[in-house]
Amino acid sequence: MESFWELTARELSDKLRRGECSAVEVARACLDRIAAEDATVRAFLSVEPDWALSQAEEVDRRRRAGESLGPLAGVPVAVKDNLCVQGRVTSCASRMLAHFRSPYDATVVDRLLKAGAIIVGKTNLDEFAMGGSTETSAFQFTRNPWDVERIPGGSSGGAAACVAARMVPLSVGSDTGGSIRQPAALCGISGLKPTYGRVSRFGLVAFASSLDQIGPLAQSAEDCALLLEVLAGHDPRDATSLDRPVPRYASELEGAIKGLRIGWVPEHFTEGLDGEVGEAVREALRIYEDLGAELVEVASPHARYAVAAYYIIAPSEASSNLARYDGVHYGYRTDEKAMLADLEEERRLLRESGDEAALEEIDSALVRLYRRSRAGGFGAEVKRRIMLGTYALSAGYYDAYYLKALKVRRLIRQDYDRAFSQVDVIAGPVTPSPAFRLGEKTSDPLAMYLFDLYTVGANLAGLPAMAIPCGFSREGLPIGLHLQAPALEEVRLLRAAHALQRNTDWHRRRPGSHIAARSELRG
Amino acid sequence: MAALPYTIVVGLEVHVQLLTESKLFCGCSTKFGAPPNTQTCPVCIGMPGVLPVMNAKAFALALKAAAALNCHIATFTKWDRKNYYYPDLPKGYQISQYDLPLCRDGWLDVPSEDEAEDRRIRIIRVHLEEDAGKSLHDEKAGRADSRIDLNRAGTPLLEIVTYPDIRSPAEAKTFLQELKLLLNYLEVSDCNMQEGSLRVDANINLHIPTPQGIAATPIVEVKNMNSFRAVEKALAYEAERQWGVFQETGRKLGEVPKQTRGWDEHAEVTRPQRSKEESSDYRYFPEPDLVPVTVTPEEIERVQASLGELPADLRRRLRRDYGLNAYDADVLVNQGRSTVHYFLRLADVCGDGKAAANWIQQDVLRVVHERQISITDFPIPPDTLGEVIRMVRGGRLDTPKGRQVFAHLLQHGGRPQEAVDALGFKDVDDAEVQALCRELVDANPKVVAEVRSGKEKALGSLVGQAKKRNPHVNPARVKEICLELIARM
Amino acid sequence: MAISEQEIRKVALLARLELTPEEARLMATQLSRVLEYMELLNSVDTQGVEPLALAVEVTNVLREDRVTPGLDRESALANAPHRDDECYRVPAVLGET
Ligand SMILES: [Zn+2]
Repeated sequence: MESFWELTARELSDKLRRGECSAVEVARACLDRIAAEDATVRAFLSVEPDWALSQAEEVDRRRRAGESLGPLAGVPVAVKDNLCVQGRVTSCASRMLAHFRSPYDATVVDRLLKAGAIIVGKTNLDEFAMGGSTETSAFQFTRNPWDVERIPGGSSGGAAACVAARMVPLSVGSDTGGSIRQPAALCGISGLKPTYGRVSRFGLVAFASSLDQIGPLAQSAEDCALLLEVLAGHDPRDATSLDRPVPRYASELEGAIKGLRIGWVPEHFTEGLDGEVGEAVREALRIYEDLGAELVEVASPHARYAVAAYYIIAPSEASSNLARYDGVHYGYRTDEKAMLADLEEERRLLRESGDEAALEEIDSALVRLYRRSRAGGFGAEVKRRIMLGTYALSAGYYDAYYLKALKVRRLIRQDYDRAFSQVDVIAGPVTPSPAFRLGEKTSDPLAMYLFDLYTVGANLAGLPAMAIPCGFSREGLPIGLHLQAPALEEVRLLRAAHALQRNTDWHRRRPGSHIAARSELRG
Repeated sequence: MAALPYTIVVGLEVHVQLLTESKLFCGCSTKFGAPPNTQTCPVCIGMPGVLPVMNAKAFALALKAAAALNCHIATFTKWDRKNYYYPDLPKGYQISQYDLPLCRDGWLDVPSEDEAEDRRIRIIRVHLEEDAGKSLHDEKAGRADSRIDLNRAGTPLLEIVTYPDIRSPAEAKTFLQELKLLLNYLEVSDCNMQEGSLRVDANINLHIPTPQGIAATPIVEVKNMNSFRAVEKALAYEAERQWGVFQETGRKLGEVPKQTRGWDEHAEVTRPQRSKEESSDYRYFPEPDLVPVTVTPEEIERVQASLGELPADLRRRLRRDYGLNAYDADVLVNQGRSTVHYFLRLADVCGDGKAAANWIQQDVLRVVHERQISITDFPIPPDTLGEVIRMVRGGRLDTPKGRQVFAHLLQHGGRPQEAVDALGFKDVDDAEVQALCRELVDANPKVVAEVRSGKEKALGSLVGQAKKRNPHVNPARVKEICLELIARM
Repeated sequence: MAISEQEIRKVALLARLELTPEEARLMATQLSRVLEYMELLNSVDTQGVEPLALAVEVTNVLREDRVTPGLDRESALANAPHRDDECYRVPAVLGET
C-alpha cells in the first residue's frame, strides 16, 4: 500500500479490521515513511523496526486465528521517550539516561500493547520534558515539519512532529505545562491533556508530579478520542489515578454545539498575543457561534500569575524528582579516577596555600561524585530548573516562593471553578505566536517560560485541555485553538473539537514532504 | 545512691520497623537477612517513572501504636518528602511526615523502681516513614569503597519522639523496654535491636543548680547505640562527660551549636560525629505522588477498643486479682501476651495465682528457654498443668512428685492421672494414712516427747517410717496428721 | 530578587551540582531575572488562602499488604555504573552506617 500515511488512525483501523491491509504492511509502510521523513525532521530518538514488525506479525496472526483484538490492533504509535518500555532505552533525551534500559513497562505502554497498537519507536523531547522547543534534548533538534528552520514546540516536540509529518497516525506525549498542546498547536495537529489522574503516570519519568499528565497527539480530535480511550483508566500503581469509569470517547463525539456556552478571557487577547494568532482564534470562535454556540466573556483574574506560580512549583518538584539521578544506581556517572585525582589536586593546592577553612569545606569523594555526575549528565535547562526549585524549597525561601505559589495555585483553580459555573468550555489561544526559529529563545530562559502563558493554568488546576488547528499564519505556520473544560469533561472537549473539525479542514492540511529537503540542512 | 549534683534530661527518638509482609510503598518482602539486593523492585530502587502506593497494614499498625501510646490521632494526615543525598536513599528523598504527622501528644507510663507511682514519659509525635537501605563498608585492603544493599529500602518505620522527660540512663532503658513490650503486645513491631528493627537516638543534657539558678548544658545527640544496655551506658557516660566539660568551661545551652556524638561500644565512650551544616536543609514539601489519608473519629474509637489489655493493665490485674507481688507480675507480663494468657488459664484452673506463677517461672519457662520455643508451643496445656498443681495443693502429690508428673507429661503427654499411674504413684486412702500415723505415734513415745518439747524436726523419723511402710503416702500429709495427733494427746 | 553567586554556590551544593565559575555567574544572572519576574506574586493577596499542592481530591488510596515479585538481583543491578556481584559501589560513605 502506497499511501497509508494519508489515513487517520480511525480509517487505518477500519481498513485493518476489514482485512484490506495487514498490520505488517502498515508497519512496513510506516517504517519506510519514518526512514524517508525523519532524516530531516528527526522526531525519533529510536526506531524499532524489528520489534514493530514482530508486534505486527502477532496482530496478523491473531486476526487470522480469529482471536479478539484490541481497538488499536495494527495501528502504529510513537511513544515519547520519557515513557518506560521494558528492556529498551528510556533516555528522556538526557545524557544522564542515554543508556538506561527500563526493567518495566509504563502502564500506558502496557495498555497500548494490550490494545494491539504497534509501538514503532520513541520520540524526542526537551531533556526530562523541561522546555518548550525540544531544543534542550541532549541528542538532536527536532524540526517543525511546516518549516524545518523552526522549532516543533515542546516538550513533546518529537511526538507532535512525527504526526504532523504523517510518519505515524498516533503518538503519546506528556504535558506538565503545555507539553502536548503547545507542540500540537505549533505543528498543526490535535493534542489533548487529560484531567489530572485520568491517565496513570506509572512509568512516566516524573518532571513535576502534581502537574504531569500523559495524553494523545493525533491528526484529529476523533483520533485523540480513540487513543485516549486506550490510555485512560484507573491504575492501582498510581495513587493519584482516578477510579472513575472511562467514557467511550470515540463514540461520544457527535453532539450538537447549539447552546454550548463557550467562555473567552479578554486578557488572552491583549498583551503579547500575535495578531495572526488572535485573528485565527477569533475566527474559530465565530465558527462556533455560527454553529449555535453562545460566547460568554469570563474573568480569569489570576491568569497573569500562572507562569510565575508554575515556574516555582514545577521546578520545586523537579528538583526532588531528579535527585535520584546521582550516578549510583543507574545512569551517567563521571569518571571516578579522574574525579578523585582532581579532588586530591585541589586538596594539595589548598594545603600548600594553607587555606584551612577551604580544606575543611571541600567536598568528600562521594559528594563530588554526585556533583560531577549530575553536572555531566544534565543539560543547562535541567540544571537551571533544579537550581530554581532547590532555592525555592530551601530554608528561608520556602514560604516566600513555594508556599506562596501553592496559594496562588488555589486562586487560579478558584478562577476556573467560577468560570465553569458560567460556561461549558473556555476557548483561547494555545501560544502567543506560531513556531519560532531554532535558537531564537535559547539564551533567554524567561522568554521561553512566558511562551507557556496560556497552557500552564490547566496543569495547575488539573483540568483537561486540548489544542486543535484553527488556521495558518501568512508564513504558512499552523495556529492552534485552546479548549479547556472542567475536570473529567474530556467528552465535552472532544465534542467541541470534533464539531470544529467537521466544519473546517485545518486539521487535514499536511506539510510538504521532506525527502528532498534533507541535503539542505545541517544535522 | 548518692544524689548527683545535676539532673539528667533525656529525650529519645525511636525508630521501629513495622511487622508487615511487604514494604511501605511496594510489594517487596521485608524479611530480614536475605542476600544483598534480592528484595527490591523498580519502586524501592527509585527507578525513573515509578510511584509509591501506601501499604494499608502499615498504616493500620501505626494507628494501633499511636492509640496505645495515648496519642491525639490526626483525622487528616499527609506525607512529605525529606530531601537529602545518600547512596542508601535511592530516590534522593525519604517519604516521611513533616507538619501533619499521624499523631502527637501521647504518653507511656513506665514502671519506676524508687517511686510507687509509674513515671509518665510524654510523646511529642509519632509518624510513619520509609527506611533507607544499608551502606556496607568494604574492609578489603586498599579499597575505600562502600557497598550498597537496598533490601531494607522502603521498609515501613514508625518514628516515635519523646519529650525530654527521662531523668536517668536507667529510666531510658526502662522506657525502651516498656515500649518494646507494648509494641510486641500489639504485634506492631518485634523491636529487635540486633536486626535493626528498633533504633534509638538520644538527646541529652544536664540541668545543674547554681547560685545563679539552673544552668542547662548544651544538648548532645547520641547515636550508634546498639542495645538497651548500650543506651544506658552511653547516656551515663555522656552525662558524666557533660558534667566534666561544664565544670571545666561553664558552657551552657545555646552557647555552642548542637553536637552529634556516636557511642563507641568497645571504648565505651561517645565521640563527636562530623555533620555538614548544609545537610540539615531537608527542603520538606508535600509528597505529590501520595494522597492524604483521613481517619474518622469512629475509626479511631474502633482502633482504641481493639487494643485489648496492654502490659500496664495486665500488671495491675495480676497483682489485684491474682495476689501476685510486683516482681512476679512484672516477670510474667514481660514475657509477652501469650505467657500471660497461659498464666491466666493456669491460675483459674488451679485456683492459686501464686502457685501458678511459681510453676511458670520455675518449670514452664525453664523448658521454654531450653527448647527455644514459644509458650504457645509448650506441650503441656495450662488445663493439664493446672490439674497437677491441684493434686499437689490437695495433698495427693508432694512437690517432687508433682515435678516428676510434670516431666512425664512433658515427655509423653496425656492426662495427669495417666502420668501418676505410669509413675506408680498410688493414691493412698486418707483413712489408711490416719491409721498408719496413729500406729506410729503410739509406737514412738520418745519422738512424741521430743516433738512436744518443741523439736518438730523429730517428726522426720515418723515420716521416714511411714514411707518405708507405704511408699505412696504423701509425706506432707503424714506430717500433718501426726502433728494433729500429738497435739491432741 | 537578585541571587548572588555566593548563594548560587550554596544552592549548587544542596542540589549536588558542580558548576564552573562561569556557569555560576551565568546561573546567577539568569535566575535573578526569573526571580525578579516571580515578584509578580507578591502583588497577590493570599491572606487566608489554603495552599493547593495536589490537583486531585482523592484520599485514602492504600494497597493490600501482599508480597509481589520484584526484580532479580541481576536486573536490579543491570543499570548500575559501578557494582560488584551483589551490590552497588560508591566511594566511601563517611559517618554513620
Ligand atoms: Zn520494592
